[in-house]
Amino acid sequence: MNYPVVKGAAYALIQANGMLFYQGTTQTQERRKNGVSEHLEKLPDHLRSFEEAVSYAPNQVYIGNLNPDELKGIPRPWFQHPVPDAQRDGRFGEIMPEDEFIGLMKIVDAFDLVILEESFQVRVKEKLAVHPFLKGIKDFEKINKNPGNQADIYKLTASDSAQPIYFDGQLVGCVKKAHEFDESLSHHVMFENLVGKASAVFALKLLMAKTGLNPEEVDYIIECSEEACGDMNQRGGGNFAKAIGEMCGCLNATGSDTRSFCAGPAHALVEAAALTQSGIYKNVVVLAGGASAKLGMNSKDHIKKGLPALEDMLGAFAIHIGENDGVSPVIRTDAIGRHKIGSGASPQAVMTAIVADPLDKIGYRITDIDRYAPEMQNPEITEPAGAGDVPLANYKMIGALGVKRGEIVRADLLKAVKSFGMPGFAPTQGHVPSGVPFIGYARKMIMEDNITRAMIVGKGSLFLGRLTNLFDGVSLIIEKNTGVIDTGFNKEEVRGMIAEALRDLAKSLASPAKR
Amino acid sequence: MDLENQARIKELAEKYGKDDLIVVLGGAEAEASGLAAETVATGDPTFAGPLSGVSLGLKAYHMFELKDQVDSEVYEEQVGMMEMVLNVDEIIEEVKTYRK
Repeated sequence: MNYPVVKGAAYALIQANGMLFYQGTTQTQERRKNGVSEHLEKLPDHLRSFEEAVSYAPNQVYIGNLNPDELKGIPRPWFQHPVPDAQRDGRFGEIMPEDEFIGLMKIVDAFDLVILEESFQVRVKEKLAVHPFLKGIKDFEKINKNPGNQADIYKLTASDSAQPIYFDGQLVGCVKKAHEFDESLSHHVMFENLVGKASAVFALKLLMAKTGLNPEEVDYIIECSEEACGDMNQRGGGNFAKAIGEMCGCLNATGSDTRSFCAGPAHALVEAAALTQSGIYKNVVVLAGGASAKLGMNSKDHIKKGLPALEDMLGAFAIHIGENDGVSPVIRTDAIGRHKIGSGASPQAVMTAIVADPLDKIGYRITDIDRYAPEMQNPEITEPAGAGDVPLANYKMIGALGVKRGEIVRADLLKAVKSFGMPGFAPTQGHVPSGVPFIGYARKMIMEDNITRAMIVGKGSLFLGRLTNLFDGVSLIIEKNTGVIDTGFNKEEVRGMIAEALRDLAKSLASPAKR
Repeated sequence: MDLENQARIKELAEKYGKDDLIVVLGGAEAEASGLAAETVATGDPTFAGPLSGVSLGLKAYHMFELKDQVDSEVYEEQVGMMEMVLNVDEIIEEVKTYRK
């Protein structure tokens, strides 16, 4: 069988303090509730500089400059132990400052909804014009056109006709509503959707720049963020995928959007694997942009505990799934884990369905997986908010499942956790931490023979949508390529079949005919 | 504590009264479980949800504390794995604080 392969992965981070303060839901709720808010007064003192965000070790892991194991060696709190000489450019990706990203939002805006103040626009244009691969992006010239003046921008935001864009505490632009009355096209929704589109475009451009993927070879794009684009008659009509591909020159691609809260990316990877293995498409890209709403989600707790507002990063990723090339790690499509509707909701039932059942299908034990990548949230963000160390909790559950199955001795549970676990390093952007941040490293570690296989686990809290109390989860195993490509023609097999047919013929000639 | 859950507990307390009502928690961590216990006892300490300034006086128990009240097979199937993984004593200690 020819399994599909992981041909490349790219990761983008954008530091967005202005969006954290003005568009993060914790802050917008606070603003709505209290005219004078202690939280909003204190928050500016807790915002990090771009340099601080770049040198933050988990961010360096996310873009590929430090591997997750190296993070174990850096003492906590990580924000007090910056990585020396940290760069914004990484092996798998890049960290972008907010002003450049605002410029990119204008470039990807197809309906002239983004207005930037003239002097800011000029400054940003100069920065983007020297960006190694964004300088040549489709519609770059938009950054030269239709600037606004501050008075008009202020008037639009003050009259609730536009969402403000702030940079460094200054009002530098706005995103206008796209319809007079339609709430699905309000400035709030358009802002979030343009952030999602622009950050995913950045991730896809990174994938092309870092892996050499030719945009015209992309056949299909699956977008798996948690946003919805559409109008009042079809709120989630779509389609982010094609809008993103269009900006990146994927002229031969089509695409669609897949949703399942934080499990969306894992579902999308399974779909991409199926589409390539079946031969329907040769090259599929799974991608997602970031969520401005989640910026500073736990900032009240962070401030209370004297921490920086660590949720200042928009996250995005793009992963290339292709036909078996005999080299890249394969996706074991015969061992896909899924939480079924009838699986049950207890943690044990969930972990059995997602982790143990797929292993049983191919005769593996819990300990046969070298690395598990469940929800990889950075614990420095979640612990102060009372959510604990999410990856560690998952690792312990996997270990406990191993104990229950008799594959791990109870006394060795923590040893096993240490062996197949890693510290979380992803920003708390919902769909972003869910397994996918490790795919770049999994590919590298497998190809360098450091590990043989890894399991990517995506989990989703469907109850948040208030349509069902069901949980969701999907897993897939990425494994070393055997190097053998099934061409569909096996000489030995054909030779055997001919020999057997000749034997049968000889037998029938030798024996008397039956009447 | 989730704002929606706060609203549901408030509604249940109003409907059935406080005397025959307890809250069963399944939190994975001591601080968060304690926060939930505090919310249903004396009100939402974060002043974010419907129980802000509302002292329901409800008693909260973590599922780990109710082990003897449940069929052992069901407990093992539903909670056994998490009991192996979480810091049970710390969670129980924290939740108890708000019943005193």
